[in-house]
Amino acid sequence: MNPMKNPRIIGTIAVIILLGLTPLAFAQENYAMRVITVGMCAAIAVYGLNIILGFTGQLNLAQGGFFGIGAYGVGLLTTDYDWSFWAAFVVSVIGTAVIGYLCGLIALRTKDEYFAIFTMAIGFIIFLVISRWEPVTHAHSGVNNVKFPEGGGLIDFESPVAMFYLVFAILLICVYTTYAIRRSSVGRTLLTIRTSEDLADAIGVRVGFSKQLAFAASAVFGGVGGGLYATVVGFIGPDAASIDKTFEFLMFILVGGMGTVAGPLLGSMIVTFLFELFQDFQAYRFIVLGPIIVALVIFAPRGIVGYLGGFVDRRNRRRRVEEARGADDDLDSTGASTSGGTGDHRARNVADGTESGAGRTGGTPSPEETK
Amino acid sequence: MTMLEIRDLGKRFGGLDAVKDVSLDVEAGQITAVIGPNGAGKSTLFNLVHGFYRPTAGTISFKGEDITHSSPHRTVAGGIARTFQTTNLFDDSTLLENVLAGRIVRSKSNVFDAVFHTPRHRRESSINEDKAMEALEFCGVAEYRHDLASNVPQEVQKRTAVAMALATEPELLLLDEPAGGIPEEETVDFGNLIRSLPQRGVSVLLVEHKMTMIMGLADTILVLDHGQKLALGAPAEIQSNPDVIRAYLGSTAQEEN
Repeated sequence: MNPMKNPRIIGTIAVIILLGLTPLAFAQENYAMRVITVGMCAAIAVYGLNIILGFTGQLNLAQGGFFGIGAYGVGLLTTDYDWSFWAAFVVSVIGTAVIGYLCGLIALRTKDEYFAIFTMAIGFIIFLVISRWEPVTHAHSGVNNVKFPEGGGLIDFESPVAMFYLVFAILLICVYTTYAIRRSSVGRTLLTIRTSEDLADAIGVRVGFSKQLAFAASAVFGGVGGGLYATVVGFIGPDAASIDKTFEFLMFILVGGMGTVAGPLLGSMIVTFLFELFQDFQAYRFIVLGPIIVALVIFAPRGIVGYLGGFVDRRNRRRRVEEARGADDDLDSTGASTSGGTGDHRARNVADGTESGAGRTGGTPSPEETK
Repeated sequence: MTMLEIRDLGKRFGGLDAVKDVSLDVEAGQITAVIGPNGAGKSTLFNLVHGFYRPTAGTISFKGEDITHSSPHRTVAGGIARTFQTTNLFDDSTLLENVLAGRIVRSKSNVFDAVFHTPRHRRESSINEDKAMEALEFCGVAEYRHDLASNVPQEVQKRTAVAMALATEPELLLLDEPAGGIPEEETVDFGNLIRSLPQRGVSVLLVEHKMTMIMGLADTILVLDHGQKLALGAPAEIQSNPDVIRAYLGSTAQEEN
């Protein structure tokens, strides 16, 4: 199918264009620009979570920690060591990748809930190191005056709009990477692991190795998001690495939709907006957000994008199923008109084994045959 | 030519010998069957060959190469595929996507190929599509390719599992009760599918409970009981072997009635 006619791609592009145009409306309001830009930094980290949780199905609770490593890497190198932003940024991201890879070596010997607990411990250790290692990280006094990216005389990143577009550009790379991974055999590899590790193993997928790479990739995205966050905000404290950050990211991805291309972006933006809306309530805002999350998990476990995508998938599949069966249905006139509409219902009867006689012997099973 | 050579294979779980002193040659171009009562060690044998379990004794070699301690990834890459006793498909995916998953082991393109959409990635994607479609057609389920795996009849699922295994381009296919859960009248069709595999260059090692099907299909039968070899031979020899009748045919005949 022509990708330009795919509602998922149209929707994703529409969200991106809308986001890209926000400076037109808010260019004069520095606060709004900063909130949106910080939200996009978080979205980048959420795209990392999307790879390990959404695609691979492993609940990684260390993402806040990797975000913190990226943030502190940039923060400390540009202030205490007076590096340029870009050098600090690249080194921080590479550092996050290395730490992520090493953690992954151990983490991926664990499975399911043990993986979640182990990664949560990693996240907590990172937080403790940052909040207690006074001589290096300044502990609770945090890091002040993180440098702005150097524009080389061309761009002045002190302007919130320029900063917005820098983060926006990197975010776009993340969105595209997610899209490219999802439709490639790499994405297929990760999805098989999410569905069934044993079956993935059986068809020759290198389960451990793939999980390891997914985990490292997720850490890298976390580091990128954190590094940008440090320069956008200018001041960072240990909160940047806290476990709350991890759960914030989780909320973003749950609302937006795990394993989808647009989900992390949409979720981050919507929840950031809600956070702002309920800001006066401080900690109590979770009283409002909690039930929303519960309702989402019950009614739309795949998030907003997953929920909408479900309609698209069903429609596409119905059409394709009809096309695939078209040749047979011409011969078998009873099934032609109704096979699409009642497809799911009929097939479920058959799969239950109650009417399994209609499978191969009668050619294409039509609804009439099996009812 | 001997495709798979199993010598004195053993697997101990604690104090229990799940498989003990089993030797078997699987000849190229043949269908070899393993039968035996429940708990006789048939599935354990499969898991050992496939690399899920590590043997505690003996050796396995495939096309002259020692694969005793190979991981499943290396075994599958080397040319051995398998299906499971309980139908095992990715339920939320279409049949085509399922069979495409079988192509992963033959894919060489990585994340960078995917991101930059390199010629290698494009070429591989189209090869994968073709091979997956071919496997679906071979197994007679191409018309269901866009249906979800959880929405198609049991028999179509079983055939898809075979197609997924074939997509990995195996030379030896391990089928664990391929016809389990399929109504009796359709096992003939299914048997024909299995029989056509050797012509495709795929040798078969299968576990099956449906005796009529086995007797008509297999060139050689290995009978296991309590993890050990009870008999080995052509179907006719097995049918008339008194030990086999006592250990297997007799008892399951009662169970099934």
